[in-house]
Amino acid sequence: MTTAPTELERPDVGLASATDVPWITIVWNDPVNLMSYVTYVFMTYFKYSREKAEKLMMQVHQDGRSVVSSGSREEMERDVSAMHSYGLWATLAKDDS
Amino acid sequence: MSVHGFRRTATGRIVLRVDAVEKGLLVTLLEQLADFVAPEDLDDEDPLVAMVGLDPDAVRPEDPALARLLPDAYLDDDAAAAQFRRFTERSLRETKLAHTQTALETLRRSGEKVTLGRDEAGAWLGALNDVRLALGTRLGVTEEGMEELASLPDDDPRAATFHIYDWLTYLQETLVRALMP
Repeated sequence: MTTAPTELERPDVGLASATDVPWITIVWNDPVNLMSYVTYVFMTYFKYSREKAEKLMMQVHQDGRSVVSSGSREEMERDVSAMHSYGLWATLAKDDS
Repeated sequence: MSVHGFRRTATGRIVLRVDAVEKGLLVTLLEQLADFVAPEDLDDEDPLVAMVGLDPDAVRPEDPALARLLPDAYLDDDAAAAQFRRFTERSLRETKLAHTQTALETLRRSGEKVTLGRDEAGAWLGALNDVRLALGTRLGVTEEGMEELASLPDDDPRAATFHIYDWLTYLQETLVRALMP
């Protein structure tokens, strides 16, 4: 058993105006990526706690997709690029939820 | 195939133990991956274009395995996906190639015990995952179809590939475990 590290949310730089539609990064399920690896990527890149990373990973696994980050379009393009370099299947979209 | 895999030492280094056959197989797979993901050499390439990492000719790969390694970033917006690809595909290919070359270098400098620093282990993790993505796409791996693939008769051409895929899955699992904080 390990102690869950303190959760580090990335700071909101606050450049987007209030009228900007936020964007989201979606990670999609695929049959090759290991559950442990997906958790590891969420912990390593987003600095999420193990608990949060596992919750997002289970959403990907069970629901087929999970919203893993949100922010400006540029930030989400950066996150999607990073997910692709790790080999995760990710896309970005406007948050119309 | 052995069941050694990766482990973390008391000093925090990552060690992979492989025999000569396994090592040869890893070198072959990683060399194939390097060829697969390397940016295409463009004749008469504008050096400025290359320097900023643009690839004005990048289009979605027709090969499903390569398309899985270099996926679209937008689901329902082909124009945005195409533009994103022109700006990022080259650097994504270079990142994947660098992971692969790092893994190959660590194998070439080592015997049957491959000792890795953290960054090298991270490169290995990416490269192993990319080999599995390519092989998994070729095999048509699905979550429901694993048992069928695992019980293929030996004369099925997919059987040998699946054995390699399965071994790489084991290796990657041990590496994630060794790296997990």
